[in-house]
Amino acid sequence: MTQSKIDDNAIERDEMAFDVVIVGGGPAGLSAAIHLRQKNPELSVCLLDKGSEIGAHIVSGAVIEPRALAELFPDWKERGAPLNTPVSEEKLLYLTEKRAISVPALHVLMPQMDNRGNYVISLGDFCRWLAEQAEALGVEIYPGFAAAQLHIQEGRVAGIITGDMGIDREGKHKADFTPGMILSARQTIFAEGARGSLSADVIAQYNLRDGIDPQTYGLGIKEVWEIPKEKHRPGFVQHSFGWPLDAHTYGGAFLYHFGENLVSYGFVTALDYSNPWLSPFEEMQRTKTHPAFRHHFEGGRRISYGARALSEGGLQSLPRPSFPGGVLTGDCAGFLNMPKIKGTHTAMKSGMIAADAVLAALEHDRAEAQSYQDLLRQSWLWSELHAARNIRPAFSKWGMHVGALYSGIDSMIFRGNAPWTLRHPHADNTTLKPANKAPKIAYPKPDDIITFDRTSSVFLSGISHDENQPTHLKLRNPAIWNDVNETRYASPESRYCPAGVYEADTREDGEKYLRINAQNCVHCKSCDIKDPQQNIRWCPPEGGSGPNYSSGM
Amino acid sequence: MTMKVLVPVKRVVDYNIKPRVAADGRGVETQGVKMSMNPFDEIALEEAIRLREKGHASSVVVVSIGPQAAQDTLRTAMAMGADQAILVRTDAALEPLAVANLLKVIVERENPGLVSMGKQAIDDDMNATGQILAAKLGWPQATFASQVKIHDGKAEVSREVDGGIEVVNVSLPAVITADLRLNEPRYASLPNIMKARKKPLETLDAESLGVDLTPRLKVVNVSEPPERQAGVIVETVDELVHKLKTEAKVL
Repeated sequence: MTQSKIDDNAIERDEMAFDVVIVGGGPAGLSAAIHLRQKNPELSVCLLDKGSEIGAHIVSGAVIEPRALAELFPDWKERGAPLNTPVSEEKLLYLTEKRAISVPALHVLMPQMDNRGNYVISLGDFCRWLAEQAEALGVEIYPGFAAAQLHIQEGRVAGIITGDMGIDREGKHKADFTPGMILSARQTIFAEGARGSLSADVIAQYNLRDGIDPQTYGLGIKEVWEIPKEKHRPGFVQHSFGWPLDAHTYGGAFLYHFGENLVSYGFVTALDYSNPWLSPFEEMQRTKTHPAFRHHFEGGRRISYGARALSEGGLQSLPRPSFPGGVLTGDCAGFLNMPKIKGTHTAMKSGMIAADAVLAALEHDRAEAQSYQDLLRQSWLWSELHAARNIRPAFSKWGMHVGALYSGIDSMIFRGNAPWTLRHPHADNTTLKPANKAPKIAYPKPDDIITFDRTSSVFLSGISHDENQPTHLKLRNPAIWNDVNETRYASPESRYCPAGVYEADTREDGEKYLRINAQNCVHCKSCDIKDPQQNIRWCPPEGGSGPNYSSGM
Repeated sequence: MTMKVLVPVKRVVDYNIKPRVAADGRGVETQGVKMSMNPFDEIALEEAIRLREKGHASSVVVVSIGPQAAQDTLRTAMAMGADQAILVRTDAALEPLAVANLLKVIVERENPGLVSMGKQAIDDDMNATGQILAAKLGWPQATFASQVKIHDGKAEVSREVDGGIEVVNVSLPAVITADLRLNEPRYASLPNIMKARKKPLETLDAESLGVDLTPRLKVVNVSEPPERQAGVIVETVDELVHKLKTEAKVL
């Protein structure tokens, strides 16, 4: 370890050098780490995660397609990978307020939704298992440390700087102040998940989004339930679309039975919605009261809650994935396959391909792993995303009914090879209508049995957040809020935030202001995405802060 | 005087987690739940490290009794500043008596001048192991410490008791158990976590230490506390008194 003084604030920082530093311990980062050490056991590989432990910040449905896993570990079953619930039964429902219509011949009409051979898992548990494999292969894993800044030298990313610890609310050093450390790397792999904060810096620094569509996101909100044994149907998978969303809002619910009497339930709302009165949290809650869902929860208890944004844009929104000194992988690039509602196998595959490209760059001592793009194009990952590319934008373009019809035609007749590509014309922050031009939505009150409020929900996320630290959710310009967010859109952040971080409040002098309860934040990143003027900036809080999702998430 | 300080640390369900009764009603679910060092043990460890930094102790040894995964807790302890670690491996759920007997074996082996430990673990809240260990060793004990001063082979310990602070002097070696206000534990910084990977960690098998680990207690049932009823806001003192008399019937 060496000491270095190159920081702008002239803080003395420890520095440690690795061949490769990986930011983020989800499926992409861990697969990249494993693949690197499998190919070259001499390489020093260091992986950081802002969660207090691997898995602490992982939220996903999750039905996993084991294709990438089988490439990473052909003997995954013998190694005890926690894929224990094969999909046994599958339904896709179109909901009206009172009724549910099951889409017939699902495997023919919507081949993307065919889940035969897939498994219902807890992605958090899966990541904990991947981390054990990675450590056994010699990867150094450090959870509880956020990568807070890029370490740039001579125009290239040369690693990252971890967050400083022990700074108080006013920005002063506390007695236990510990400066962040420079982790320098010949190549840095970003695997931060959707809307990663350093990925955003890299994308801006190297103009990686030039000439491509804006990214479009969804917000997934999830609960885990424990239900009576006699009601549990391991491997049962149900998806729904339609009610309670209107035809121009993309989204739907998922419900999976898995593990020991557990049910994974959640709702994804596309963040290109236009009605500022919409609340993804309340949509998720009220869907549980539909006859097609309610009976699954009756007699059970909710044990966990979480939320996370996901990238829905697909190939059209994929930034250039390599740059001098590093690569983007997984959902911070946007490799999720939205029509399949799956991103784990694609995240893993992108991590493995990135690892190959990084190995080649290290071998030839090149600054940029340029072969990444070519390797991606030659892979099944690319063909899969290419075939899926038109479905998500069709829903934005024509709404749910025509979108569904189009997706059938695109998949069945063209088999994903339609001679056109639909675009994502708008970024999600530009789609809101003024509040006085949009219908208000009356959401039912929670019954505290099946449906709940935000406060009791966030309580189940196990959030740890020292309040005496600088807020990690900042308004770039506080003055904008009153004129834009409040006056024009009636404070949409107080509805889309699934953790109750934002509250529009009134001061004693009658002036409205935005109260930011940063300690409630579950790190979903929706505010960074949806704020109309991009006035809210999400940066990582002190390492180890945030949710502590337990088993099942 | 320089002495070795022994700090027992326990791996428990993290304090941020809302514990959930396991489906069989025999305990709290620990499968897939975030675990971390018992906060009172962190305080006891911090105090031991400070004693070393002040020159009162030569080294700090941490010991944990539990499953293989407890080595993560020991690595954290060494990242905070402990010099070496001992894992007494067992998958059994142990009671304070068995833990104290195991610790006694470790004390006899390591020969510390002080055992600094948490007053209790936040999982079972027994508050017994330190006291039993002191009795078994025939050592003085100072529990619920909020301040520790070492001089002339003695420890002057301020104890948090009902209604104030009691100051006791104990001669060393002794067992001191830490209360919440003793200190504020430091972070394990990343450079120190990296260095801690190279510090020595010895593993012993609990079964091999000649201690009777048989449980003396039988858990009959574990249940969650009843939900609290919503409160009411009263308008006047008279109304409060009236309600206390007629509804709550406590006056």
